[in-house]
Amino acid sequence: MSVLVFADSHNGKLAKSTHEIVYYGSQIAAKIGGSLTVVTYGSVENNSLTMLGNFGASKVLVNKSVNTDNDEQLTSLAAEAVKFTGAKVVIFAFDQIGKIVAPRLAARLGAGLVAGATALPEINHDSFTVSKNVFSGKAYATYAIHSDMKIISLLPNSVKPVSSSGSASVEEFSPALATPRVRVKEVKSISSDGIPLPEAEIVVSAGRGLKGPENWGIVEDLAKALGAATACSRPVADIGWRPHHEHVGQTGIAIRPNLYIAAGISGAIQHLAGVNGSKTIVVINTDPEAPFFKAADYGIIGDAFEVLPKLTAAVQKFKASN
Amino acid sequence: MKILVCISKAPDTTSKISFTDGDTRFNEDKVQFIVNPYDEWYALVRALELKEAQGGSVTIVSVGGNDLDPIMRKALAIGADDGARINLNATDAFQTAAEIAAYAKDKGFDLILTGKETIDYNGSQVAGMIAEILSLPYVSVASKLDVSGSLATIERDITGGTEVLECALPVVISCAKGMAEQRIPNMRGIMAARTKPLQVIEPSGAQALTKVVKYQLPAEKGAVKIIAGDQMDELVNLLHTEAKVI
Ligand SMILES: Cc1cc2nc3c(=O)[nH]c(=O)nc-3n(C[C@H](O)[C@H](O)[C@H](O)COP(=O)(O)OP(=O)(O)OC[C@H]3O[C@@H](n4cnc5c(N)ncnc54)[C@H](O)[C@@H]3O)c2cc1C
Ligand SMILES: Nc1ncnc2c1ncn2[C@@H]1O[C@H](COP(=O)(O)O)[C@@H](O)[C@H]1O
Repeated sequence: MSVLVFADSHNGKLAKSTHEIVYYGSQIAAKIGGSLTVVTYGSVENNSLTMLGNFGASKVLVNKSVNTDNDEQLTSLAAEAVKFTGAKVVIFAFDQIGKIVAPRLAARLGAGLVAGATALPEINHDSFTVSKNVFSGKAYATYAIHSDMKIISLLPNSVKPVSSSGSASVEEFSPALATPRVRVKEVKSISSDGIPLPEAEIVVSAGRGLKGPENWGIVEDLAKALGAATACSRPVADIGWRPHHEHVGQTGIAIRPNLYIAAGISGAIQHLAGVNGSKTIVVINTDPEAPFFKAADYGIIGDAFEVLPKLTAAVQKFKASN
Repeated sequence: MKILVCISKAPDTTSKISFTDGDTRFNEDKVQFIVNPYDEWYALVRALELKEAQGGSVTIVSVGGNDLDPIMRKALAIGADDGARINLNATDAFQTAAEIAAYAKDKGFDLILTGKETIDYNGSQVAGMIAEILSLPYVSVASKLDVSGSLATIERDITGGTEVLECALPVVISCAKGMAEQRIPNMRGIMAARTKPLQVIEPSGAQALTKVVKYQLPAEKGAVKIIAGDQMDELVNLLHTEAKVI
């Protein structure tokens, strides 16, 4: 029984979570005694593909002609790879592409899908279960998948890939694919040299406590010192102090960085829903009763206007001596 | 234009989450349910705006028991024309999608809109599955939608920017922030909603492929470590040596 990992690529680069899903897939393959094949697309360098062997892939199928992220085309690529490999378990990343392709593939193959899994499945002779976050991170649910064919999409940052020596063979894979019905008319890139928020390992975020958009310099300084992305609470995006793509929380985007630093944010439950998967949370707030302190690992009861510059200086000092 | 909007219920975010029956069921006791915000604020309101500008109809569909009636009445009060409830407590996203697809199949909807995700199970699955079952194209997490004739123009945020997409109708679209502004139902809408048609339909018999077998609350977070505002070297040191994140 073999396992297939669907790795998405963008502008010739494999998605950030590729190593995680390949490693995750290889652990499942080892458990069920099968081999692991990766299917991907685009103009990814051969080198990046062979080194997926380090994370447990034995073979990589690459389709070089696909160059968009079209739902139907990618679904047919995944379905053809399933047919070609005879895989019974398919792994995606729970990212933008995984969220488009995995549900389509699941419905096409009649495969049970667990979307956003956070751990390896438990596999016994008569059961296959896997856990994910539910209720915006306030609980875990363990799902049993009943169908013969199984699909899991893995929440980014949920496993630490371990690499060993190995090299995967790379094969071109060019089955006939569906013709896209959705056409890309234009791509507008946001002129930001910063780090995209969903991918950032460190995020510095601020809320209404910063009083006005003119005060964001101290937030950006700290982000720069840490190599972090910036984020904000919803009211701050709504009143136009910060761009909408920085809004995190239940109605914005959900992030899970290693370090989340929140200054002048009260920590409303809807805000926490988007950030409580962060590994470490630092909260800076003048109000010792701010709810955010309950969700924090480190707290500073103080004025962000004084604390942020001091923290930036301390980070710069640390970076200079390390 | 005929638009179908998929409406689900979600526990209000401030609800206390607990489980019953040996942690196999979500305890709905004392939980306040709301219309899933993405469905209400974005999918439904954008559908209404398109109808107001171009004519047509907005139908809502939900899969669930009669506890969904107040949720559906709210959507009707905001302005949907009619609704259909498929009378089934669905076990998973596939069963939900298959029932919605069976309902929508021969009705000639030009647009099928959903929310980006339900805030309880956070799956982002139903829309893609409906699209696949009905062999329709699918655009996820749209932040803008316009229709001119039989062509939809859609924007969505992608890593590092925005993508403008075009697709001939019919199409399935999941909706996120940016699509529209929330509308509060007024008294007239609430009165009108009482008499709008809300059909109850028996399920087609689609089977679920997955099932929750156990719920669990996350481990309690340890107490916060308070650090004085002038001890930032100490904080950096802790982040490096204790938390190991920098
Ligand atoms: C359905 C729904 C969905 C929502 N979705 C989201 C969401 O996705 N994301 C989100 O963020 N919110 C969301 N909200 C809003 C949320 O409930 C809060 O209103 C919001 O998060 C508050 O933003 P804030 O913390 O920036 O502002 P406030 O609540 O006003 O808090 C400001 C904080 O700054 C502190 N402060 C003031 N001055 C200083 C200073 N000089 N130094 C340090 N601290 C200072 C104050 O003590 C206070 O705690 C949603 C609400 C609803 C009803
Ligand atoms: N029971 C349901 N009835 C109707 N629509 C639903 C139901 N569950 C989910 N949906 C729709 O599908 C979207 C995505 O849900 P999900 O795949 O659960 O994240 C929601 O925002 C709704 O628009």
